[in-house]
Parts: sequence; structure tokens; C-alpha cells
Amino acid sequence: MNNPTDILRPSPSLKTNLTVALVGNPNSGKSTIFNLLTGLNQKVGNYPGVTVDKKSGKTRLADKSSAEVIDLPGTYSLYPRSADEKVVLDVLMHPDREQRPDVAVVIADMNNLERNLLLFTQIRDLAIPSVLVLNMADIARKKGVNVDLNLLSRRLGNVPVVSMNARNGEGLDDLKKVLSSPLELPEECFMDVHSLAHEAIAEVKQMYKLENTYEAYQWLQSADRLRFINDNQKEQLLNMRSAFNFDANKLQIEETTERYRQIQQILQDAISSPKDEKQSLSDRLDSVLTHKVFGYLIFFGILFLIFQAIFAWASVPMDIIDYLFAEISGWIQDSLPEGVLTSLLSEGIVPGIGGIVIFVPQIAILFAFIALLEESGYMSRVVFLMDKVMRKVGLNGRSVVPLISGLACAIPAIMATRSIDSWKDRLITIMVTPLMSCSARLPVYTVLIALVVPEQFVWGFISLQGIVLMGMYLLGFVAALGSAWAMKLIVKTKERSFLIMEMPAYRWPRWKNVGITVFEKSKTFVLEAGKVILAVSIVLWVLASYGPGDDIALAEQQLREQAENSDDPTFAENLDIAISASKLENSYAGKFGKMIEPAIAPLGYDWKIGIALISSFAAREVFVGTMATLYSVGEDFDDESTIIGRMRSERNPDTGQQVFRPAVAFSLLVFYAFAMQCMSTIAVVYRETKGWKWPVIQTIYMTALAYVSALIVYQLFS
Amino acid sequence: MKTLDQLKPGQKATIQNIKTSSLTIKLLEMGLLPGKEVVYNFCAPFGDPISVRISGYNLSLRIDEASLVEII
Repeated sequence: MNNPTDILRPSPSLKTNLTVALVGNPNSGKSTIFNLLTGLNQKVGNYPGVTVDKKSGKTRLADKSSAEVIDLPGTYSLYPRSADEKVVLDVLMHPDREQRPDVAVVIADMNNLERNLLLFTQIRDLAIPSVLVLNMADIARKKGVNVDLNLLSRRLGNVPVVSMNARNGEGLDDLKKVLSSPLELPEECFMDVHSLAHEAIAEVKQMYKLENTYEAYQWLQSADRLRFINDNQKEQLLNMRSAFNFDANKLQIEETTERYRQIQQILQDAISSPKDEKQSLSDRLDSVLTHKVFGYLIFFGILFLIFQAIFAWASVPMDIIDYLFAEISGWIQDSLPEGVLTSLLSEGIVPGIGGIVIFVPQIAILFAFIALLEESGYMSRVVFLMDKVMRKVGLNGRSVVPLISGLACAIPAIMATRSIDSWKDRLITIMVTPLMSCSARLPVYTVLIALVVPEQFVWGFISLQGIVLMGMYLLGFVAALGSAWAMKLIVKTKERSFLIMEMPAYRWPRWKNVGITVFEKSKTFVLEAGKVILAVSIVLWVLASYGPGDDIALAEQQLREQAENSDDPTFAENLDIAISASKLENSYAGKFGKMIEPAIAPLGYDWKIGIALISSFAAREVFVGTMATLYSVGEDFDDESTIIGRMRSERNPDTGQQVFRPAVAFSLLVFYAFAMQCMSTIAVVYRETKGWKWPVIQTIYMTALAYVSALIVYQLFS
Repeated sequence: MKTLDQLKPGQKATIQNIKTSSLTIKLLEMGLLPGKEVVYNFCAPFGDPISVRISGYNLSLRIDEASLVEII
């Protein structure tokens, strides 16, 4: 934080830049507490060097100082299995003490303390000042679970313990108070790992100048997992392991068993809970939601609802946005002096931005539904339901989450594969996730479907366009499964695939959490996609407005002479349109499009679509922007027509045939469903697989699939 | 010895031991500790994975993994 104003401000105490890391088991309510602390004051970035989301934000503490809060991925222990969990260890054990969080707030579910305390005792032993938060106090109260907070705190080594109900903010002030006061480290470690590997630990401590015993022990345990350990050190540590007969696996089991033994002893005294366990509402819900028949019916019903909602609820705000941007373009055209800048604004930039903003309502609805499924606990039932099916095609139940997230955007989806523990399952998930129809395709789908599918309703309420849209999403899903199955046969591995997963109790979603997710993700989409699209729009406008040599001027002159010599009055009337068409045809963009026309003619595309195909290899949603730009160049804005209207009236000047015939539109739909047209995805796959091999294979196979399928569709429909 | 996957819906058992494998530690971490009572909830539509209740929470695991958990 090198903000210059910070330096000028006198600091009341050393603790102004307190960093607090939130750690805890998955489903312990970590994100809710994070949202409670930071509100809309959060940012998402990447941990240095890895693509795991780093969520951080600022909060105000009780003494008015502010603290930086980092939300770490959920984990059950310090022994990482997935890439996500490795980050936790990396952050907590960073060799530069300045980089380490000052305080670890360990969040535990009060109703499942035994398992939750395992992680706590490990973090505590790393000598990071820790606070234990017992969350979901309300549920515990209802169940009749009673925790003696003072006794628990004492037995854990005088660690501050705060009881909370993050859902209504209960206990938040207590937590802030604890964080404002100085925290001391317990005098003794919770578990003495010394006895497990006395000599090896002493050696590591001395060699790497480590003070903490458990830290030294973890260097040995995680030598091949820690990112800050270089190859040389890794080799040294592995050699030491064998020299001292350090059996990592066996010691992990011994350590875990011993920690549990102590935790059980403490909990026996500190906790009282009723013995009888009635069947909860959650269990009764599960008997329906994971039912053989109803389970799947409900799942597909929910998906169907989502797609209907995207079309039904989003149309009004979309119409408004569409109208506004057309108005703005027209206004610029009318009121600013004619010139290059005016036409760049009205024909390039404004329609380009409009082409993106218009899809915010649909994207927000999609993100809202995904957040709801996660929040309510239903997503883990989907994993449970789909595991066996997914395994058949070489994926695993956990692949469902990236695949469903892929409906929003492949980039976070590919990052979400980091929760998949087996490398092969993860690789295949990465390879097929971009086939899921992401929100960037939504603009393309919407425009093309609106062009060729009538706005009719089946039985009065099911939108025909909605059905076709759902069909497109299903097509992507089927293609993903098919490709996964093919890859399962190719990729070989010795690693064991597994699924050991907590199924959290169903919970009513918190609207604030959903709201924050929707806001953050939509913002990221607009800013990230917007940057690319704006740049591409400007480049396209230049390419479409200028041409090599004086081709454009010559063509115009020719047309004018023709018009003068012609007796046909309509020719003169349509002169402006003919001129703008010939301008585009003779521009750089037109020449490019013409160049690739032979390759795409079998798919039914003309050179204008060719331009769109080339430009949208950067990002699919550019297609709509490109169409908007191409059909705006030189157009008259009098009638304020929208993109769809302009595309519908587009005719081939030679044949007079409509350009976007159903065969062409469907062929384009399929091409956009399959082709790997997203630079950012390629970049993320490169980072996640650590090399060019997989992103290159992926781009080739997806593009081939797209071309062949589009060819078949066009030939069938025409 | 009987293993966790051989139970029927609603049946209870006590965990005896976790067979040694690369997943032993993971199963322990999730609370499948010797001496604990475990209840078989139900299985997924195609018979795999299964859901069990342990220490008051629901855990799902595959048949392969459940067969590593010895019970009486």
C-alpha cells in the first residue's frame, strides 16, 4: 500500500496495516463473515503467481483503525490435496514474516467443532496469533448445543473465542473488539510434534533458521508442495526425509489422530449437546432432492427455469439499454460537427459499448442463480447426483461446479477446477469447460435467435426463443461430455480419483451475499470484456473506414458516374447506401473478409460475417459489437434502428437474398457454441496447465469441432 | 470385516479402523475416526456415491472410499 497520502497521515499505532486472514472449513460461513466485514469494499485479484482468486477488502475495527481482510480458500487441514488448499499453506507459512497475515481468524461451525478444531490447532501451532470464531450459534442454540466459551478458550491456550451468528451480524462487534486489542501467542504449542521426528526437525530448524517447531515439521511434510521452496531446498528436504526415516504419510496420520484425541478431551468438558437426533428438515428435503427420479427432474426443472428467466426478465431492461444507445449514437451524429471523431464515436465506440452493456441484465440474472444454488447448499447435491454419470465420461461430480460456472464465464470456471483433487479429472474438466455456453455467447445467441426464431409462446407462457436458447446450452453440455469421454481414453494417469465431500445442511440464501456476488461479477465482466471490445471496436472502425490506396475513392467515383448516366430514378435514391456498401467492401476489413471468404463460404457466410469471425477470435461477444460497427458504418441514423433490425434487413447485394437466413444463423450459432474464441481462456489454461501443450490442443480441437459442425448444420438446413 | 459401503439405509455402525491407503488421512480429517458412530443415510440414484451421517453432519463418499472404512 504505497499510497502517498498514507505516509502523511500520522499513524496512531503500529497496527494500522493489520492484515487478517480468514481461514476455515468449507461451509463454515467464511464468505458470509467476509462480506459482513468488508461489504462492497472488496476486490478480487490473484495470489501472486497462481490464478486462485484472492478476495480481500478493508474493514473498520472497534478502535477506528482499519484492517485488510483476506479470504482464504476453505480447507479441512493443513495437508493440501487440491491446488486451492495449497494456497492456504503458502500464505500462512510465507518465509517472509512481513508477508504473513498478522492474525488468523479461524471460523468454525459450532455444530461440528471436533472436525473444525483440527485445522484450528494446526494454524495455532504455526505461531500465528489466532482468534477462534464459533459461527452458526443460532443453529447450535436451537439444537440445544451448549459451549462453555471460557473453558474452551483456556484449554486451547487462552486463545480468544468469539461466538457468532454471521447471518444476522450477531457477534461481529465482539470480533472487531478482539482484533483491535493486541493478540498474544499461546505459550506452548497445542501438540508437540517434536516427539514425531525429533532429529529431523532439529536439523531443519537449524538449516533454515526456523524458530517454530511445527513450521519446521511442515517444511518436511510439504517439501514438494510449498511454492516458496526452491528446487535445491526441496531436494535437501527430501533427502533429509529419507535420512531420518521421516515417513510423511504415517506421521500425518499419527499427528491427526493425536490432535483429535486432545480435541475430544477438551470438547468432552467444554460442550454439552443432546444425544437424540431427529430427522431434520434438511434430511427430509434430501429424500426428495436426491431422489432417483425427482432429483433429476428437479435439477433439470431448475436449469429450465434459469433459461426462461434470462429471457423473460431481462427483455425490458435490455430494450431500454438498446434504445438508449441508439439514441446516443443518433444524438452524436446529429449534434456534433461532421468529421472523423464524430463518426468514430457514433459508429465505433458507442455501438461497441452498447453491445456489451445490453447483456448485463442477462449476465446478472445468470450469476444470481448460480450464487443462489451455491448459497442454499443445493450445489453439493448436484455434485452428489451427477458423480456417477460424470465418472462415466471421465469427469467427476466436482466437475459439475466448473461446468455450471462455465455458463457464466470459462475463466472463473477453469479457476474453480482447482478444487478437483485428481489431476486427470481436473485436466479433462479444464479442456471441456470452454464448450459450456458462457455469457459471452449469450449476446451472439440472443441476436441470432431473435433473427430467426419467432417471438412465440408455447402454451401461452413458454418462450420459443427461450427453448432454442436452452437447446444451445444443452448442445454445449453434450459436446463437453462427448469431448470428455474422448479425452478419458487418451489421457493416462496413475493417480487415484476420489470424492469425499461434506453435504452442508440446506440454508436459506442470504440476499446480501447473492447481491455482492452479482455486483462484483457483473462489474468484472463489463470492465474486462468492455476493454477488449472497446479496443476491437475502434480497430474495426478504422479498418472498416479506410482502405488500401485510393480504392474507396475510386469506387465511390465510379458509382456517382453510374448514377449520373443512369435513367433509373431508384438508383440515384439509393446512391448513398450503395456508396457506403462499396466503401466497406473496399476497406481493409472488407479485403480481409474477402480473403477468408473461400474458407467460410461452405458454411454459408459472406465476407462481412468473415470479419466478425476474425475479430471475435479475441472474444466471442465482439461478434455483436462487430455487427453493430459494420452495419453502422456510413448508415443513416434517422430511424434509430437497432442491431437486430439492421441485421434482419441486410441483403446480399448480388443475389438480393437475405444474409441471415435460418440456415446461416443456425450454422453460426453452432460455430459460436464450439469454437475456442477467447484469448483470456487460452491464457488461463496456459497458466493452469503450466505450458502451451494443452491450450494449443484445446484451441485446435474446438475450432475443428466448430467448423465441421457448422458445415453440417448449414448443409442440412439449406 | 464389514465395511461402510455394506450398510443399508438407516443402519448404524461403529467405525473400527480405516484401511491404509493414500486416502486414510483425508477420511480421518473428515471426522471418520475409530470409535465414532456412523449412520448410512442413502445412496445416489445409480447406487454411488453414498451419504452417511457422522458427528452430526452429512458426508458423501464413493463406494470405493467407503469400503476403506471398517465397521462393526
